[in-house]
Parts: sequence; C-alpha cells; structure tokens
Amino acid sequence: MEVIKKHFFSDISVMLGRSMRHIFRSMDTIITVTIMPIAMMLLFVYVLGGAIQTGTDNYVNYLLPGIMLISIANGIGYVSFRLFTDLQQGIFDRFHSMPIARSAPLWGHVLTSLVSNAISVVVIILVALIMGFHSSAGVLSWLAVVCILALFTLALTWIAVIAALSAKSVDGASVVAYPLHLLPLISSAFVPTKSMPSAVRAFTENQPVTSIVETIRALLLGQPVGNDIWIALAWCVGIMLVAYFFAMRTYKKRL
Amino acid sequence: MVPTDTAISVNGLEKSFKDLKVLKKIDFKVKKGSIFALLGPNGAGKTTTIKILSTLLKPDKGNARVSGFDVIIQSDQVRGEISLTGQYAAVDEILTGRENLQMIGKLRHLSDVNKKAEELLARFDLLDAADRPVSTYSGGMRRRLDLAMSLLGSPSVIFLDEPTTGLDPQSRLTMWEIIKNLKDSGITVFLTTQHLEEADQLADRIAILNDGKIVAKGSAAELKKMLPHGHIELKFSDEKDLQSVGNLLADYETNLNKEIRTLVIVTDGSIKQMTDILKQLETAEVDITEFTQKPPTLEDVFLSIISKKEGK
Repeated sequence: MEVIKKHFFSDISVMLGRSMRHIFRSMDTIITVTIMPIAMMLLFVYVLGGAIQTGTDNYVNYLLPGIMLISIANGIGYVSFRLFTDLQQGIFDRFHSMPIARSAPLWGHVLTSLVSNAISVVVIILVALIMGFHSSAGVLSWLAVVCILALFTLALTWIAVIAALSAKSVDGASVVAYPLHLLPLISSAFVPTKSMPSAVRAFTENQPVTSIVETIRALLLGQPVGNDIWIALAWCVGIMLVAYFFAMRTYKKRL
Repeated sequence: MVPTDTAISVNGLEKSFKDLKVLKKIDFKVKKGSIFALLGPNGAGKTTTIKILSTLLKPDKGNARVSGFDVIIQSDQVRGEISLTGQYAAVDEILTGRENLQMIGKLRHLSDVNKKAEELLARFDLLDAADRPVSTYSGGMRRRLDLAMSLLGSPSVIFLDEPTTGLDPQSRLTMWEIIKNLKDSGITVFLTTQHLEEADQLADRIAILNDGKIVAKGSAAELKKMLPHGHIELKFSDEKDLQSVGNLLADYETNLNKEIRTLVIVTDGSIKQMTDILKQLETAEVDITEFTQKPPTLEDVFLSIISKKEGK
C-alpha cells in the first residue's frame, strides 16, 4: 500500500502522458477545442463585431473571456468520450489489476482535461493578442483568472465523468457536451444582456457563465469585479463539489 | 495454510449479479508453474472467476488466494503478483505498440523501460510494427502485444481470458507456442477456453465449468476417460433405407431423425466397433449420401458428464 501511495503522482503523470498523446493524435479534438473557438473569435470580431455595441472600444477585449469558456466547454465532450472508451475497451480492467492506485486512471483523465484546456486557452490568448487584445491586468488578476478557469474546467470535467460512467453508448457519453456548448452563447459572452428580451435576460443574467464571463472580463480589463467574482466562484465550486461527489460514488460502485 | 507449491486456491466461491447466480460454490487449486484451463461454454462463469482472481470483482462468499495472498484482504499484494490479459485485447489503440509497452513498464516502475520494451517487441515478433499505432494491427498482433504487456514486471501468475478467441488458425498456433513458453519460464498460467482441443493441448489440469459449477476436474487424460468417443453420422437419400439401417444397428445407441434423414450412432471409438458397423452397412446395400465421424464436442462432454451424474 505504501508503495502504491508513493507512486501515485508518477502513475497519474503516465496516465496524463497517454491521454495527451490521444489528444495530439486526434485532429477532430484539436479542431473542436482550439481551431473552432479561434474561428468564432475571427468571425465575431471581423464580420459581426462592427454591428455589436458593447460599450468598449475593443471588441476582442470584450469577446475573449467567452471564447475561452467555449473552448473549455467544447473540450468537455472529449473527456467523457475518452473515459467511456477506456471503460469499454478493457484497458481500465488492465490498470485496475495492476499495483497502482484505483483512482489513478480517473485522476489521469481529470488532469488531462485541465492541462489540455490550459494549452488551448493559451493558444487562443496568443491569437487574441495578435488581433489586438490587450490587458491592463496585474499578476494577481491573471492568477485569479487562471483559478476561475481551472475551477470552471474542473466543475465541467466532473460532470463529464458522471456522464461517461453512467452512459451506455459513446453517443450517450458525449451528449453531455451539448447543453454546455449552449450556455456561453446564451450569456453576456458576445453581447451585453441589456439588448435581450426580458425573459432571456433573466436567464442569462442568472446562469453561471455570465457571472464567470463578467468576472474574467473585469479582471483582464483592470475594472472592479464587484459581486460577480463571488457568484462566479460559488457556481464553480458548488458544481464541482456536487459533481465530484456523485462521480466518485458512481466510480466506486462501478469498479 | 496454503501449501507453498500452490499458486491459486479457490474455496467455496460464490457470486451473483442481482438475481442471477453466476458462480455456485466453486473450488479448485492450481499448482505453481503449471498451466490450468477453465473450460466451459459462454455464460458458464469463466470471466467472472478470472475477474475475482484478478481483484476486479469481489466474491459474495468463499475465498481465493493467489500466490498466498487473499484476493479481498490483500488485493494490493495480489496485484503485484499477477497480470491480466482480458477477453478483448486490452491495448491502447491510439498509441503504438512500443508506447503501450513503455506505458505499462512505467506504471510497474521498472528501470530500463525502453530496453525491456525492445526485448519484448523482438520476442513477440512485433519489431516491424513497433512504431505503428495499434489500430493498424491484426488480431493476432494485438493478442501478442497484450501478452507482452502482461509480461512486464515479471508476474508470477498470468490470467488469460479466452486467449485465442477470434484468432485465425495460424495465430492460434503461435499463441499456443507462446503460452507453453510461459510455463517453461516458470510462470503459472490460468486460462479460460471454450475449446476442448485448446485445453487438451495446453493445460496440465483442466476444470470444466458449466452453469456456475465445476462439473469435472483432472488432467486431460483423466477427463478423456469420462468422455464419449464421438459418434458416426449417416445421411440417407431414402427414408426406407434410414429405417432399415436403424433396425439393423439396434444393438447400438442410435438417434434417428426422419426429417433430415440422418442416423447418429454412438460408438466407443474402437476399430472393432467401426469395422462391425461398416460391415453391416455393406451387407445392407443401402444408399448412403454422407458418412461422417464426429469427434466429441464440448457439448458431448457436458451432456455425458451431466447424464452420468444424474444416472447415479
């Protein structure tokens, strides 16, 4: 048992290396999580942006937080897909019959989700910089942005884990991603909520993505974050804890 | 206490899934360094037994020890002693053969992972395909890679769940050679199979599992004594001929099927009986369209063993 604990982190890093190879060898994944959000950013800034009144002089600055969240939400479907495939193909049985911690394969997937999303977000920020994004945020504000994005990723990842563990088919495992794709679109990620009809506005202003987007935008632009940061954190941490609890319960029951 | 020459011992193992009893009190022992085959049809409980022994499932009742360690209480120690090769080659499709081996080597915390991977690739004739993704491998290559992965970390017991299912005859023979070599290097092999011939070829001891119970165990030679020796099947073009031959061979145990005009004769496999049957057929001057001699199938074995038990 001691030996197994000692190697826990090195085992997870082996799992991480494996899943990262899966991602880099899947054109489909790279397109969906990185190229698509970048294409959307180009489309919104250079085609539609001129017609959108956001009250900021630089639309890239306004748009970037939402694009980052879309990229993360797009990546989530692949987390379920990869985990589900592992369970189906028997490679989890192989891992579980080896002297490694039972939860190591699962944590490998969770860590992969964090690392791969971090990579695509960095790529997106680099493209945004070329497109004229600029931030007056200091180190602390950037750290806060990183924390919020990581918590958002973890919250969605654990939801994806539940989906993969309880799904009967690949389609069932990936379907979790669709509602998550929509949330950033029905938020203040692209346009201010002011312009929306009151029913839609009530929804957008009270769903998690809006407060997260508003917080990140304020942090990056060096504006006061107000209450939004606490609402954003409460959403992320709340969803993460509940999803983690149910995911772990399903994992232990299943294996 | 378990004697030290015992690699696996199973006592009164029971397992149910909901209302379905899959294992109903099974017992057996496997000697260290031997090949043990668990023979049985689909759904007999073979995979469940392997999953319990490889710590993937917990039994409802009974206990099992692998290399002296209890599979429930000392599961971590058991995992350090074993390797599992599941029914469907548990390899990573996206990684290359070499990367698969390196991954398992790292998870076993071996030194010299690259060198060991190279050795195994050579030993299992996979060097040419080493740097191709596994998704391009044939069934036989996958199985070989699967087994190579199982050998990393020098396990003392290897579990093979239907190691040749779905393989072509050539790959099956290669697999048999590999399994025999494992035994020669001192590893205890526990395998499951649906094929009597496979158990016969490989195993030192065989246990026959049917419907969650062990119905017979022993060496291949011992079990064969319990088996029927197959049967002869005759096909006729004319129903009258069928009937008359049926009457002619009334001394034998026969089964007459009018619909497909077939007569099945159970024999003891001796030349004497065969000559007698053939002579009688010759004198009868009937038109036989097909003559086949069938070796005993697994089904015959079960039927024979079960009917003997019921006869007692």
